[in-house]
Amino acid sequence: MSSHPSNYAMTLTEAPRRTRVHSEPVTLTRAVNSEWIKFRTLRSSWAILGAGILAMLFFAAIVGLQVRHLKPDLQPADISPSGTLQGYYLVQLLIGALGVIFVSGEYGTGMIRSTMTAVPKRVPVLWAKLLVFVAIIAISMILVSFAAFFVGQAVISSTRPAFSLGSPGALRVVVGTGLYLTLLGTIGAGLGWIVRNTAGSLVSFVTLALVLPVLFGDALGHWGKHVGEFFPTAAGAAFSNSVPEQPSLSPWVGLSVMAAWAVITLVVGYWALRRRDV
Amino acid sequence: MIEARNLTKRYGDRLAVDDLSFIVKPGIVTGFLGPNGAGKSTTMRMIVGLDRPTSGSVTVNGKPLSEHLRPLAEVGVLLEARAIHSGRTARNHLLAMAATAGIGRRRVDEVIDLVGLNEVADRRAGRFSLGMGQRLGIASALLADPDALILDEPVNGLDPDGVRWIRNLLRDLAAEGRTVFLSSHLMSEMALTADHVIVVGRGRLLRDQSMADFIADAGGNVVRVRSPQARRLASILRSRGLDVRDVADGALEIDGVSSDEIGLAAATEHLTVLELAAKSASLEEAYMALTDDQVEYRSISRINEDETDKVAA
Repeated sequence: MSSHPSNYAMTLTEAPRRTRVHSEPVTLTRAVNSEWIKFRTLRSSWAILGAGILAMLFFAAIVGLQVRHLKPDLQPADISPSGTLQGYYLVQLLIGALGVIFVSGEYGTGMIRSTMTAVPKRVPVLWAKLLVFVAIIAISMILVSFAAFFVGQAVISSTRPAFSLGSPGALRVVVGTGLYLTLLGTIGAGLGWIVRNTAGSLVSFVTLALVLPVLFGDALGHWGKHVGEFFPTAAGAAFSNSVPEQPSLSPWVGLSVMAAWAVITLVVGYWALRRRDV
Repeated sequence: MIEARNLTKRYGDRLAVDDLSFIVKPGIVTGFLGPNGAGKSTTMRMIVGLDRPTSGSVTVNGKPLSEHLRPLAEVGVLLEARAIHSGRTARNHLLAMAATAGIGRRRVDEVIDLVGLNEVADRRAGRFSLGMGQRLGIASALLADPDALILDEPVNGLDPDGVRWIRNLLRDLAAEGRTVFLSSHLMSEMALTADHVIVVGRGRLLRDQSMADFIADAGGNVVRVRSPQARRLASILRSRGLDVRDVADGALEIDGVSSDEIGLAAATEHLTVLELAAKSASLEEAYMALTDDQVEYRSISRINEDETDKVAA
């Protein structure tokens, strides 16, 4: 303020506030509260989350029935602890899209302009969205993974020996499926911050999560398969699947690689958010 | 108070805002005028931190908005572009905004009342008409009862009732000592609302002066007189060195005199005067005169008119 051109201005700057409404400073907690209101007041949030939960339970029951009747085309993966969690293959698209639109929806509708004038430091919005999203998705997806596991195994157990949480690797893949979906959704949100446009972020998400791993694995020969292991979905599956595709990273390396993808997309998104115009 | 110092914004090779310096003072309504593409919206976006200046700076109440602890209480913003999620209800939109400032449901209900959205507060904003969306934007701007207001085309889509309401509201807020910065293309409305004008063209500052001075500078005063003996009156006035024009309906217009002088001149010559009026320029005329060569996006019909004028000349 020392370079201020006029004394007149100085005194006005320091005049008492005229506002009659009590307001508090912006904090991370208040930003989180705002993002939670935003998440829960959109129908699409609940529609996608609900569809994800139903899909997990539905496919758990389907796979359970297949295993129960020992259908001839069963794969080894079906008869493993993660066999009844295969609904994740659809749910990963839903949760990824939810992550994308939690961010890109603000840009598409223009809401971001309101958001960033209310929190002009910008970065707290990214943290707040991350915390709200991770909390909602981690809790709901870990719980639904447990539910799917129990539903599937209950269907199987009427005629055949079923797995329990005590079976080797069972707890890892159940919790792992919830973590996998949470990390993938976070990558979607990170892409939302980077790309901003909904269609563009969705396409880049599908490309990164579904297309590239397959393309590298099938079309580019031996070395392609080894590069393919490092894409987020392939790496995460090493942790969340009992019988992952080969070759595959070890479970904990796989989970770490997937987490690294989430961190990288968020760091790039953070950098873009700070640097670009809204 | 809003203070811009050498504010500049470049998009690629286009200079949207070019070395703009001005102060928007509290206690009055300041109008922000300029043709489309003159840099008004970009300037407003820089004030609230949505766009980063290429060079220069802008402060709100002494600091960049991002350094204020309570941004919503410093400045309320209504931008011209939509800034509301179409899938959320008006009330929930306001609750989410209010949450960042620890403002509760009571104040949210209050602003909904204030802008007259009670009936539709629980309807999704995507179904709102232009005017309803505008009212919701104004409600967001007023949420924390801010010290300064920045409104880009606030009367856009409002009905005459709404236009008058916002005019009175802005004048009242300014009278309370707040800073009100307002853009509009409706000159008649601006003339009624603003005390001071900042005019930009092609990103540069053209005028920063009081409304009265701006209008006076534009054309000064013109006196219109109608008389059955117009020819004699005209020659008498011309003989006194005045600039007299014939107007289409048979009246005369004289620049740079008072109506008193014309009235007295006619009386001494015993001429009948049927009509005598001092015309002052309107804000619209003043604005047009200033910005005519600054217009970036001219409509085809205007261009054709200009071409025709050239051919005729």
